[in-house]
Amino acid sequence: MAWFSKREWRAMADPVFDNNPIMLQMLGICSALAVTTKMDKALVLGISVIAVAGLASLTVSLIRKYTPHSIRIIVQLAIISSLVIVVDQVLKAYLYEISLELSVFVGLIITNCLILGRTEGFAMQNPPWISFIDGIGNGLGYAVLLLMVGFVRELLGSGRVFGYPVFAAVNDGGWYVPAGMFLLAPAAFFIIAAIIWALRVWKPEQQEKD
Amino acid sequence: MNVDSPAYTLAFATVVCVVCALFVSGTSVLLADRQEINQLLYLRKNVLVAAGVIEPGARLSNEQAMALFEQRIEPRLIDLGSGDYVSDMDVIGYRQREARGDPDRSRPIADNPAGVRRTPHLAKVYLVEDQDSFSQVVIPIEGLGLYGTMYGFLALERDTRTITGIAFYENRETPGLGAELTNPLWMARWPGRLAYDEQWQPAIALVKGQVGPPAENPYEVDALSGATITSNSVTELLHFWLSDQGFAPYLEKARTRGAF
Repeated sequence: MAWFSKREWRAMADPVFDNNPIMLQMLGICSALAVTTKMDKALVLGISVIAVAGLASLTVSLIRKYTPHSIRIIVQLAIISSLVIVVDQVLKAYLYEISLELSVFVGLIITNCLILGRTEGFAMQNPPWISFIDGIGNGLGYAVLLLMVGFVRELLGSGRVFGYPVFAAVNDGGWYVPAGMFLLAPAAFFIIAAIIWALRVWKPEQQEKD
Repeated sequence: MNVDSPAYTLAFATVVCVVCALFVSGTSVLLADRQEINQLLYLRKNVLVAAGVIEPGARLSNEQAMALFEQRIEPRLIDLGSGDYVSDMDVIGYRQREARGDPDRSRPIADNPAGVRRTPHLAKVYLVEDQDSFSQVVIPIEGLGLYGTMYGFLALERDTRTITGIAFYENRETPGLGAELTNPLWMARWPGRLAYDEQWQPAIALVKGQVGPPAENPYEVDALSGATITSNSVTELLHFWLSDQGFAPYLEKARTRGAF
């Protein structure tokens, strides 16, 4: 039996470009605006979402046959929030300074529609392994977009990438006058819109019919 | 088995809750020690930065930072109202932020531009040792910024007027604008400025435009560009903590004594 056949590969890779949770389904935009001012924050939150989405889908799928229909959403939420609290605790223990900057946004993963969308929409109907892969794939789609937005915002907004100066900013005694607009939330909207535009030119099948 | 019967549903919900609770509390207990060390270490690094013992952004191992702190810094408790040292209490274990939130160990403060609601009865200051005597004092400062409370340390020389450094260790300001208050280049503009004027009134202020070296503009520091509210808040919170409601009584006593 192949653990990672074509089907698993598709479940993992599809959400990254073909069926991206943010770009096609427009889920999880709120946190994408908040944490993309710096790439290290975007990366840590991206990894956190991948972990939570994968494990939540796995757990929900494992108990899907025993879950009473009437309370399934709240059961999923209980699982998701437990995982998020644990992720938050782990960050505080191992990446303390980044966890200070991420502050409430780790906790807000609980309300990220992307994760509940996958547990309810996929994991409730599918076996554990493929659900786990699906969760990871969707988390990955989210993380990739976060990193793309974060790259543009950090580079143009503060002249840095992952905190390392690329354009020497005026504040650091260089020549680049940072475009402060990119650090404000509206800029993230424009960047996400531009990425969606570019993606739909590249993959015309994602364009919505009028 | 009927998974949709009320009895089963109730039992299932209970099991899910118990398992989740155990999982969450288990991790929390497991990681508590590590988190506490992180917090302490982060605070101590910032005291060292404010005192100018280490450069801002310096990459130090945990052991190095701890060793430097033990070697150079002596925490002391003071009574904020009288300005006297309090020696009969455990300094290391004292948590000022907890005390400030506790009605029994803090006092309310009237509306002020720094946004400080309460001050603790006891404050923790850090004396910096230099060749067998204390050359600086690092005082904790806090105040309301644009999006939340900013926490930091201010270091003063033995004359209790000359600033040797400042370090904000927690803020929720806009990255790239207000949050530039952790930028090492901005922090480097502070040493040598004067906190008080000749009449011992708090005088240090953030101002817009180019500010000269300390000898020319002793009471002024460059404001953070694009962050008027954050800059004004820093001025206000410094004035608060340098006033009689803050550390002025303590600093005055140290001044008359001629030693910390």
